[in-house]
Amino acid sequence: MSKKVFLLVSLLMMVAALVGGLAQRVQAQQPTPSDNDVNRVARQLYCPVCENVPLDVCPTTACQEWRELIRLKLSEGWSDEQIKEYFAMQYGDRVLAEPPQRGLNWLIYVLPPVAILAGAVLVIRILRRMQAKPTPAEAAPAVLLSPEDEYLKRVEEELKRAEKSGR
Amino acid sequence: MDRGEVMSVSETTPRRLPTVVIVLAFVLLLGFLALIAWGLRRSMSGPISVGDRVPDIQMITFDGQTIHSRDLAGKVIVVNFWASWCKPCEQEARELEEAYQYFKDSGKVVFLGLAYVDTEPNSKAYLEKFGITYPNGPDLRTTVSQMFRIRGVPETYIIGSDGRLAAVKIGPFQSTQEIIQTIQPLIH
Repeated sequence: MSKKVFLLVSLLMMVAALVGGLAQRVQAQQPTPSDNDVNRVARQLYCPVCENVPLDVCPTTACQEWRELIRLKLSEGWSDEQIKEYFAMQYGDRVLAEPPQRGLNWLIYVLPPVAILAGAVLVIRILRRMQAKPTPAEAAPAVLLSPEDEYLKRVEEELKRAEKSGR
Repeated sequence: MDRGEVMSVSETTPRRLPTVVIVLAFVLLLGFLALIAWGLRRSMSGPISVGDRVPDIQMITFDGQTIHSRDLAGKVIVVNFWASWCKPCEQEARELEEAYQYFKDSGKVVFLGLAYVDTEPNSKAYLEKFGITYPNGPDLRTTVSQMFRIRGVPETYIIGSDGRLAAVKIGPFQSTQEIIQTIQPLIH
């Protein structure tokens, strides 16, 4: 009986140790945001107080604190978009590497393609016109003579006739 | 006259774009220029000067309270811009709290602290460190600091009871007395 109890206790202890070990291992594998995770978000943001310095490479203490803030938000389960929105709300849209598609910002997205399209249409039109333009040899038969030219032609003919009759 | 240069009327007259396209292009161009002009005018407009009427200031404090300056009409409003990363701000932090305590019971002066591009945990730690009790909050989207066109922190803007900017302090106040002496003449 005591042997059975001893075995049972031993078994329970082993199970407890195993579960404890697993729990510890699970705890150790808790997804703490790594530097890569933080930098993934930070490179989509700019330092709010420096001039044109992406947050992932900004060397100042303030930037280090903002990166820690990103780490904190990531550890709280925030998505990249939520963090970016939070930064924009706190410090303004200027901290976003990519301007949000709202307000007048949409012009940034619309104007370049429209300008490129308009340019392409213009180039195509010019090229077509250049292709359609006849060579001087081809153009010769198409020449229409103005009334003035008719008059010149007649003058030339008369001169030729006069020259012949003069011989 | 060289006949080789003579061409038919259809060849000498360039083909014109449809009028609608030309008008549309001009409208777009004018719109774009107007937009640039508006942006330039906005960026070139100067800061609020002493004597100017101050537009409504809205802030949400760290404890979630929304404050509008228009609701504080008739009171002197002290707007202080600070940041936890700003060392000179620490020089005046306690002095500002002391001045706030000095005027608190009069009910005629309101102190508002706006954390400029700061993180919330650091801001809260800063407020706790210096025992600041008057309303403080982040300058969300840096709207208010842009309105005053601040050049750095700390900067303090004092709005008179008539809603006009009465005094500006660039840099930290040197003493509690200096703050009190700046505010006192504005109380009616």
